[in-house]
Amino acid sequence: MSVVLEQSEIERSLKRIAHEIIERNHGLDSVILMGIPTRGVTLAQRIGEFLRNIEKPVPVGTLDITMFRDDLRLRPPRALAKTEIPAEGIEGRDLILVDDVLFSGRTIRAALDAIGELGRPRSVQLAVLIDRGHRQLPIRADFVGKNIPTNARENVRVQLLEVDGLDQVEVGI
Amino acid sequence: MKRAHLLSTQELTRADALEILDTARQLSRATDGAIRKLPTLRGRTVVNLFFEDSTRTRLSFEAAAKRLSADVINFSAKGSSVSKGESLKDTAQTLEAMGGELMIIRHSASGAAQRLAESGWVKSHIVNAGDGMHEHPTQALLDAFTIRSHFPEFDRDFTGLRIGIVGDILHSRVARSNAQLLTLLGADVVLIAPPTLLPIGVDTWPVKISYDLDSEISSLDAIMALRVQSERMNDAFFPSEREYAREYGLAGSRLRALKKNAIIMHPGPMNRGLEISAEGADSKQSVILEQVANGVLVRMAVLYLLMGGAPIPTEGVLV
Repeated sequence: MSVVLEQSEIERSLKRIAHEIIERNHGLDSVILMGIPTRGVTLAQRIGEFLRNIEKPVPVGTLDITMFRDDLRLRPPRALAKTEIPAEGIEGRDLILVDDVLFSGRTIRAALDAIGELGRPRSVQLAVLIDRGHRQLPIRADFVGKNIPTNARENVRVQLLEVDGLDQVEVGI
Repeated sequence: MKRAHLLSTQELTRADALEILDTARQLSRATDGAIRKLPTLRGRTVVNLFFEDSTRTRLSFEAAAKRLSADVINFSAKGSSVSKGESLKDTAQTLEAMGGELMIIRHSASGAAQRLAESGWVKSHIVNAGDGMHEHPTQALLDAFTIRSHFPEFDRDFTGLRIGIVGDILHSRVARSNAQLLTLLGADVVLIAPPTLLPIGVDTWPVKISYDLDSEISSLDAIMALRVQSERMNDAFFPSEREYAREYGLAGSRLRALKKNAIIMHPGPMNRGLEISAEGADSKQSVILEQVANGVLVRMAVLYLLMGGAPIPTEGVLV
């Protein structure tokens, strides 16, 4: 595995994403962040922290999409993670989904289904730390930390301080 | 959980039990946030195979299956082919031929669920929803879930919690499953009943036995009143209902002797005035309706964990 992003680059990427979110949405009045477990939640919290420092706090929630996956029958049952919808709700909001790696796009498709069950945000946007390509569905990210061309057989490993004890992204077989 | 069936609490490991309870808790968080329906089991068929009357358990499983988008086929023995003499084997095979992939079975014979799972008659997943006086594992799981939600400091280990189960232990599969599961999770379980309503061999269960409710009540963190099962009582197990209510009924001064944070449970349906007074059933400490709501969550978790993932490659019997 070789390191493709170090701590300082991760920080810079997330900070830039925070600025782009503000710019794209003309402020933060209607913005809400929803992280996809596990590392998407951590990233959403960090982006939320940058937004608070730059402009103002926004609601940050979590959305477990396991039960909405279309590939459940390909693996043993997975443990479910936490879903927490902020008290403000998602109705009429600009909802920014946050995940660590965008790959096939199936996770995001499942997330869109889950959001459809929850309500009707004004818009849904996608922020990811890494876009590694190889989409299987017509899905794209609105905010990307770094595009990393990969071989489909390679793994992308994102490690974050809060979960793994260090900040780093590696690619390798 | 690598398991094709849920037949008893006896077969569960502590890790299995916690996995089911954790899954139910995450489902509760997701569904609280207004996700009313999950697409997880869309296009899959669940069969309710009920050879014995039960309304709430059947409805609870049906609600759980529907909230996961499964299709439900309900079979009840009354007025069915069983009254024409059809066997369990033929009934189960017929329903599997109609597309059933998981069968929830309630039967008056102890061991019926296990027979169905191990006989090789059907390939379906089997969930025991009560077999005779043997087991009712999902009831015990929902009770454990309810206790856990009220004692968060005992989240992964019930050691130090004292739970009383009062009444007709003899006929109660709920008591048997609960004694097993709650002990597995670390709780101290006390069975409180007249000697006539305790099963033979109860001294080998991992529990304490008491004949006197009043001496136990103030030490309990949760008290579970069992229904007096008059339909199973073809003998005189106690002199009169009034005497039973006086000795073992959860009522009056006993309610005031309970710890302030103790919870009152009942698997339902209740005989108000017999094993529990109206005051007890409706008290602030009563969690009886929460048990019903939690039952749906726990059964969703069981359905998801048994049939949600990749099919387990089956080589003959898998318990």
